[in-house]
Amino acid sequence: MQHRTPGEKAFDVFNAILLAAIGIAMLFPFLYIFSVSFSTLTDFLQREIILWPSTWSFDAYQYILESKPFLRSLGTTAFITVAGTFVNLFFTGTMAYALSRNIMGQRFFLFLVLFTILFSAGMIPTYLIVKETGLLNSLWALVLPVAIAPFNLIVIRQFFLNIPNELNEAATIDGANDLRIFATIILPLSKPALAAFSLFYAVGHWNAYFNAILYLNDPAKWTIQVILRQIVVIAEPTAALGTSDMLLENPPPPETIQMAAILLATVPILIVYPFLQKHFAKGVMLGSVKG
Amino acid sequence: MEHPPMTTNEPTRSLPAASSFARVWKRLLKEKYLFLLLLPGLLYFIVYRYVPMVGITIAFKDYSPFLGFADSPWVGFKHFRTLLGSSEVVQVLWNTLAISFLQIVFAFPAPIVLALLLNEVRSQTYKRIVQSIVYLPHFLSWVVVVGIVFIFFRNDGIVNDVLRIYFGAEEPIRFLTEPGWFRPFIVAEVIWKEVGWGTIIFLAALSGVDPHLYEAATIDGASRWKQMWHVTLPAIRSTIVILLILRLGDVLDTGFEQIWLQLNAFNMGVGNTLDTYVYYKGIQQSDYSFSTAVGLFKGLIGLILVVGANKLAKRFGEEGVY
Repeated sequence: MQHRTPGEKAFDVFNAILLAAIGIAMLFPFLYIFSVSFSTLTDFLQREIILWPSTWSFDAYQYILESKPFLRSLGTTAFITVAGTFVNLFFTGTMAYALSRNIMGQRFFLFLVLFTILFSAGMIPTYLIVKETGLLNSLWALVLPVAIAPFNLIVIRQFFLNIPNELNEAATIDGANDLRIFATIILPLSKPALAAFSLFYAVGHWNAYFNAILYLNDPAKWTIQVILRQIVVIAEPTAALGTSDMLLENPPPPETIQMAAILLATVPILIVYPFLQKHFAKGVMLGSVKG
Repeated sequence: MEHPPMTTNEPTRSLPAASSFARVWKRLLKEKYLFLLLLPGLLYFIVYRYVPMVGITIAFKDYSPFLGFADSPWVGFKHFRTLLGSSEVVQVLWNTLAISFLQIVFAFPAPIVLALLLNEVRSQTYKRIVQSIVYLPHFLSWVVVVGIVFIFFRNDGIVNDVLRIYFGAEEPIRFLTEPGWFRPFIVAEVIWKEVGWGTIIFLAALSGVDPHLYEAATIDGASRWKQMWHVTLPAIRSTIVILLILRLGDVLDTGFEQIWLQLNAFNMGVGNTLDTYVYYKGIQQSDYSFSTAVGLFKGLIGLILVVGANKLAKRFGEEGVY
């Protein structure tokens, strides 16, 4: 390291610049979208390329946040994210703990879980079962059919296995039953792992799109991603936002509405990201340990 | 009188049976709370994972919603014969394989290269900053990613603006409707979204490398390039091999959301894949039995490939995944 050749120095500089360029490629879209979403109608119409708003306008945000369908979809998605994550943690945590103990039939139950990673029934039979269980067009269709991600279950079980079994034994001797051990000893010890997985699950619910279009056909139940697709990909902002009754004199250009919508749908992720980041490397690493 | 051995054997046979039943019962009682904890998850797997597997039988029936699962008439392999003889299915299969192949060639190595570059950064702070930025896109939904792509690449988007203003392009490039652009875009989006996330596992493998190896290599006069070739790469070789083999097992999986969001009348011919085809046929045209057959075909080939891939990984002396 003390003898760095010119070639090595050149490589270091080149490497730093290349990585900076990659980083910019990841961030630039957000900068651009941010800037345009705050731009005024005149700026936008005269547009060359907008990299920073010259005068700030909140019209697009105001327009979107006055839209009932958009606010309703935010509420729906927030509800699914909270309720869904709770269901995920309950179902995944309890089963993972039972399977981490020397329960009768452990190998069989583990096989049941692992097999679903390798083979699934597919879209149509699952759709028909969701229909048969009466969840079609119900928000629970976005929660119950995805109550457990088998991979997460395996990783959380691995985490439980790493907790010294002496704790279980000592508590049993003191007369605690398995429910009590799980609630008062194991769960408190597992807070970091459970925090990581609740964030993973929550992001999954917030971003869910496929199940929403598959199971919900009532526009009143649309989630944020479905509305966002309507606004940005299909490019029908006014139809999606239901703004015929708003009759603004100068509605903001559809482009700024699209960009504001993208940012609004991403803000929750950007808020939890720092917390997520603290945990996820650990979570991913746990997963790579053989289960 | 006809079965004298039976009667004589009865007590010795039933005795272990009775006692093993008693043993099971005793253990069940002892572990009743564990089974209580197991129950919700088990119910989930039965209802939403295994009952649908039973529902696969409709691939061998002419399913009618009015008759239901049980009463729809059996038709044997009718739908599979249609499937194998359909030029549409052949094209969809080809599209799936083409996209998957491009992903393996371009998107698979990308995180490896990025991990190697990150590993060479000397400043830990700089490395951490770059890492937190490149991980971020992984957490965005496909709707957001495709939305960004549409905003950037539509005919009056910023990319065409730049081409027009700075490069004097007269006609906008029709990135979103020209079929030739579809596959490159699908692959590039996957790289943009997942390249950073993919580095995690390689960086972990790299952090396990004994620093003495580098010291020894330096003393032996190995340049940074040689060190990378003889120390760093061998350290992640087994990770690369196992991930590649497993990726090959997923060759029919191209993901539904990303592709479905970008399909339109123009690119259907190159972009319709098995997953989107099942959706169009099954959900939109209510051809439940045929699309279940297509899904089963995909699932079975996937199962064979994954199990085979895992065997192959083990033969390479790796641990395998299960």
